[in-house]
Amino acid sequence: MPSRDALSFRLNGHPVELACEPARVLLDLLREDLRLTGTKRGCDLGTCGCCAVLVDGRPTLSCLTLARLVEGRAVDTIEGITPAQGLSPVQRAFVEHGATQCGFCTPGFIVTATALLRANPSPSRAEIERAISGNLCRCTGYAKIIEAIRAAAGAD
Amino acid sequence: MASAPPPPYRLLGGRIPYVDGPLKVTGRAEYTDDIQRPGMLVGRVLRSPWPHARLRSIDVREARAVPGVHAVLTGERYPTPFGVLPITHDETAIAVDKARYIGDIIAAVAARDERTAEEALARVRCEIDSLPEHADPRMGVSGVSEPIQKRSLPGTNIQKEVVQHFGDVDEAFRAARYTARVRGTFAGVTHAFTEPLVTIAEATPDGRLTVWSATQVPHYLHRALSEVLGIPLHRIRVIKPEVGGGFGGKSDPLPHEIACAALAIETGRPVKILFDREDVFYTNHGRHPTQNDVRVAADAEGNLLAYDIEALIDGGAWSSFGTVTTYYNGVLAMGPYRIPNFRYRGRRVYTNKPPSGAMRAHGGTNIRHSVEVALDELAEAMGRDPFDLRAQNALAPGSTTVNEFRITSTSFLDCLNAVRSASGWREKFRALPYGRGVGLGCGFYISGSNSPIHFTPKMPQSTVHLKVDMDGGIAVHSMQADIGQGSNTLLAAIVAEVLGVDLERVHVQRVDSDVSPVDLGSYSSRVTFMMGNAARAAAEELKGKLLAAAAAIRERPVSDISVGHERFEVAGAPDLAVPFLDALHKAMETTGALTASGSYQTQPRGGSFKGAKAGTAPAYSFAAYVAEVEVDVETGVYRVETIWAGFDCGRPLNRLAVEGQIEGSIHMGLGQVMGESMSYRGTRLLNPSLLEYKIPMPQQMPRIEIHLVGADDPDGPFGAKEAGEGPLIATLPAVGNALYDAIGVRFTELPITPDRVLRGIDRRRSEGRAWKGQ
Repeated sequence: MPSRDALSFRLNGHPVELACEPARVLLDLLREDLRLTGTKRGCDLGTCGCCAVLVDGRPTLSCLTLARLVEGRAVDTIEGITPAQGLSPVQRAFVEHGATQCGFCTPGFIVTATALLRANPSPSRAEIERAISGNLCRCTGYAKIIEAIRAAAGAD
Repeated sequence: MASAPPPPYRLLGGRIPYVDGPLKVTGRAEYTDDIQRPGMLVGRVLRSPWPHARLRSIDVREARAVPGVHAVLTGERYPTPFGVLPITHDETAIAVDKARYIGDIIAAVAARDERTAEEALARVRCEIDSLPEHADPRMGVSGVSEPIQKRSLPGTNIQKEVVQHFGDVDEAFRAARYTARVRGTFAGVTHAFTEPLVTIAEATPDGRLTVWSATQVPHYLHRALSEVLGIPLHRIRVIKPEVGGGFGGKSDPLPHEIACAALAIETGRPVKILFDREDVFYTNHGRHPTQNDVRVAADAEGNLLAYDIEALIDGGAWSSFGTVTTYYNGVLAMGPYRIPNFRYRGRRVYTNKPPSGAMRAHGGTNIRHSVEVALDELAEAMGRDPFDLRAQNALAPGSTTVNEFRITSTSFLDCLNAVRSASGWREKFRALPYGRGVGLGCGFYISGSNSPIHFTPKMPQSTVHLKVDMDGGIAVHSMQADIGQGSNTLLAAIVAEVLGVDLERVHVQRVDSDVSPVDLGSYSSRVTFMMGNAARAAAEELKGKLLAAAAAIRERPVSDISVGHERFEVAGAPDLAVPFLDALHKAMETTGALTASGSYQTQPRGGSFKGAKAGTAPAYSFAAYVAEVEVDVETGVYRVETIWAGFDCGRPLNRLAVEGQIEGSIHMGLGQVMGESMSYRGTRLLNPSLLEYKIPMPQQMPRIEIHLVGADDPDGPFGAKEAGEGPLIATLPAVGNALYDAIGVRFTELPITPDRVLRGIDRRRSEGRAWKGQ
């Protein structure tokens, strides 16, 4: 019998099972319990997008998600999106186009852009802007981020 | 103006992807909050709910008794005041005697977990006497019975007053044919970096203290820790992990950094203080709420005769950089034009609000909006094109301003020419339909503060150390602080350029005060100029050793040897080129690993009058921007469609990074002009979250067209000047002046929100003054 606090889900392609208090937030579970620190804590209020992860392939704010809600689901973090060797096309485009500056918002943008391009391999500029409108960046003015996503989509 | 063709550099001047990019796109870059220490405790602070109160007693006995609490500290434990400027130490790690704003730290706790820490803080009992609160700086200039700080001018809350007069302003205004006046009002804005403030401290049994912190000036933090805690510098180790943006907000040593260290000493355990977003807003240190009054005068031919400027600056509860701010709000109006007569009176006043401090384009932003709007009015009164007026009055290269700023390179005229032609100005200005307009705004900023904040002991502003061992990898140490602007990338590229090696050989080491030589860090747009020159000097020293070794291998005079790509060329003998590693190993035969050191020190600049050093810099950046806006005259909502950005940063060394700085600066400038505002009811901050304090979204960003037109600066590294802060400034007046062109309404109060736009349109209509036929 799993205990009341047991939680099981797929994390970055692998099954995990662990104890989890009912009030535990997914971001805390990832960063503190599982030490997956690529997912960033920017505001804890769902306002910045730094903590975005994929839940069943959809960009999700992990700071607003109770961990219990991912029971039986697939969670992909920036660590899971990153290939074992090298970089994904989206990541490579972000590097080549200088779309990182301080880099703190970057994992959230990579997660969001990856989901966008999986669902819509050739998005328009407006579709890109809409997709990333939940992610704040204070360094780049979004210019090179949008440029990188367009490049990853083969638009350039 | 013909200039010599640029010297060919292998890397510099190109587009160099950030060296830390792969770590950042994979989430592997390590920020302070990613660091976990064994047995680490959670630190939390208790904030004052009172704007101004005498702390009669703080009883922490109940808080200490909560199981799992390791320490509760109040202000009297470490009462030594500190502050970023040595002359204005008025902050303490934890409030002593008084709380001075809603959010002031009055106690700090270390506990086993967050919940326990919060429970302990809830059990702190304070007895206080409420004191009169001061929300408005205008009320603080006289008749103050209970000043916020002891060190203000007697009977006031004035922290700093600056009075400067050059030439004869009154006479210039008497002689003037044209004058214009702008009274500007500016809401405070804040940095809104994405990484919250966070610090980890650990005191170890060897008597040493290690502090990891999200700071952009590790050296000033190092000094403040030493002064307040009474520990010699050499027993404190400050480490700067990756920093998630700063923009000035991580440049002061901050109270929580010292409180965290104090808790670590007290408990003997590692302690982390991670601020939530509300904490970050209360810590603020953002751009000062400001009122200014700018009068400009010109003769019949359009020559500028004088500026007469007053500024009243809301400092919040502490000094922070405020003395510098007070000077900058006047003296940074000194460019990009010749101003033969200049008068300035600036006052910065303490209020019971979160402290204001340095924010990107510190001190140069608000005054610039008012000046550029005034110049637009002046041009209109003269019937002149705004470009012509500005070009006529441009400072010349090699000139000196009336307050003795030394202008070396300026390509300001090229900035003007580039955006005038690219924007189609001649066809658009005053010619676009009602609701649509173009505006010009210009800018000027220091390329590094010529005077270091700390000048004892006397030492260079920047030092760079290099070490090469037998593997041919080059380790670079410096306390310059990459906070996202790409300074690590530039540092690596300069070393690789000088030595002729591939970039991947060069590894910039994490800032660690145990091994990094002192550099004053990331503020005042100093890094490219100062660290760049230091890096170049260090690499040149290393190059000398390698050239000598290559010469010895080939038994040729050193003068025959030159740097090639990953090898050393021998004059007239291409086949005899010496591979880099061969030269390195030869050079190491008697010394082991090669080391080299380079440094940069500014030369004394400025006049001998009081405050003459403020605003002096080894070089200045220049900007001219055109904005095109479209206003929905029914709702007041407007959109900035395009910004043409002409910028003079000398030679851009990494175009990718320079563009990134300009695009990010425009984003931040647009935020301030279009909507960002630290909103207060009295002294209470109303919007301490990123939901209510809105920075621009992707959909609000204009198309940005960048024109880098700078000529090489004679003293900059490879001809470069700053591009980190100057690019923000011109954004604001370009938009403000474009709105005037669109709807005929002058906006002098920022932010220019849709309701203000609507009111302006209504006012103009009700006065029966048509604009563009409407």
